[in-house]
Amino acid sequence: MAALQYVTWQLPMTSELFLQYIFAGLTYGIIYAIVAIGFNIIYNTTGIINFAQGEFVMLGGMIAISLNPLMPLPLAIVLAVLITMMVGALIEIVFIRWLDKPSVLRLIIITIGISILIREAALHIWGEGIRSLPYFIGNEVSSVSILGTRISPQVLWVMGVCTVMVILLSLFFRYTLMGQKMQACAANRTAATLCGINTRNMVTLSFMLSAGIGALAGCVMSPITYTQYDGGTGLAIKGFTVAIMGGLGNSMGAVAAGLLLGLLEAFSVSVLPLAFQDAISISILLVILFVRPHGLFGRRDTAALKEF
Amino acid sequence: MLKIKNLEAGYGKLRVLKKVSMHVAPGEIVTLIGANGAGKTTLLSTISGLVRAAGGEIVLQGKNIEKTAADKIVYQGCSLVPEGRQVFATMTVRENLILGGYVQHRKGNKNFRDSLDHVYELFPVLKERSGQLAGTLSGGEQQMLAMGRAMMAKPALIMMDEPSTGLAPLVVKAIFRVIKKLREEGNTVLLIEQNAKAALSIADRGYVLETGKIILQGPAKDLLSNNDVQRAYLGRDVG
Repeated sequence: MAALQYVTWQLPMTSELFLQYIFAGLTYGIIYAIVAIGFNIIYNTTGIINFAQGEFVMLGGMIAISLNPLMPLPLAIVLAVLITMMVGALIEIVFIRWLDKPSVLRLIIITIGISILIREAALHIWGEGIRSLPYFIGNEVSSVSILGTRISPQVLWVMGVCTVMVILLSLFFRYTLMGQKMQACAANRTAATLCGINTRNMVTLSFMLSAGIGALAGCVMSPITYTQYDGGTGLAIKGFTVAIMGGLGNSMGAVAAGLLLGLLEAFSVSVLPLAFQDAISISILLVILFVRPHGLFGRRDTAALKEF
Repeated sequence: MLKIKNLEAGYGKLRVLKKVSMHVAPGEIVTLIGANGAGKTTLLSTISGLVRAAGGEIVLQGKNIEKTAADKIVYQGCSLVPEGRQVFATMTVRENLILGGYVQHRKGNKNFRDSLDHVYELFPVLKERSGQLAGTLSGGEQQMLAMGRAMMAKPALIMMDEPSTGLAPLVVKAIFRVIKKLREEGNTVLLIEQNAKAALSIADRGYVLETGKIILQGPAKDLLSNNDVQRAYLGRDVG
């Protein structure tokens, strides 16, 4: 995970620096939340933790970067998201759909295998180099002034796009028939089948949806966090931590937990060396798994019903 | 309406149903009684496609459905109210019912309001609770919701798997009253029950299933007075 570029030296905590940390924390936090929601969407319809979730983010960024020289940036991003969604659907159709009542462990190993497969393929296609999309507006030195501090407009892009995604997703699940069908599939698969819903298609759709939101996040964050073939791994760990913290399957919990982890990481820079940043989320993951496996915002009784 | 010929089904190597044959005519309530483990639920699961038939035939309204996927069978006009209600606990009562009407929606009948009103009329309590999460309903209300959800699909045949299990006697009465009313409205019902007396008293005909075989069949009245049935399922000591 590329570290925060603009806060690497020690300074006394001025209000401006404080705000910088806040913005950095929120930016990363909302990205973690999107990855975690990707986990949740698939978990909810299938009970699978899809460890290839981080790879969707990397793929979205990489594909957009490759397409960008050939077409306008918005079109490149849209195409990248669509292609990644197809990859998501393909993964489900090839590796998961035909399995008859597979065990959770088997599914976990399959998704880990898929993530390695995608990562190695990306290494062959794009090499080891660090790439990035251009800034959507301006360049790396342009900034906007907010509350007396200066931040990159790309930060606003990331926060804006991710927030809109979260809102649209919750509207989708609440108010559209398709969203309701997916929710029904999550709540009770047998009953969903008895209502005439093709649950297998819902599973494919959930893979496409998580791939799509991951890819879009991968595109908007690329200018500030850069994109590398193995960038998905770290994100998957952070996203998984957030998904567990928020209570597996609980998307609003994921947003809260994501922002919390983002802020914790950002402020940790002022007391710990930068190299420890990743250690923080792993430590949190371990502590939560030991102490509150149902998450900070999850309920124990609903967690008890899950087979994980 | 429904014709089953020599149906065989089971799980893995375990054969639960052994050459079961039965039929349901339009407009009747047929009940299937039997002890725990006799294969009652397996029979309904096989008809609705949740369990694959290993042999034999299931004909619904003239069409063979033993190889049809479960989610497609609903479109052929056969809905199951599953054992243990199986409502969508995290969704509201209204959302549950609307999903039940999804079949009609797909058939091009976008007017779910009438069916919704009809269900609310059968179960007024569901209307009161329409905005409540289904998981917070009482057992009886969940049973009503499961029945209402199945009715939303406007099935030609409605199958119910032990609707009275775990419910208070008063609630059971209410549920059976609704089943009777469904028949009066021209619906066809296949009812599975452990509560043999209640089931036989509202049914037209009945079958007795024992270890995967139909051992008795006939008009419900005859079964009610049959000595074997009385001894085995009605808990009456007859010499």
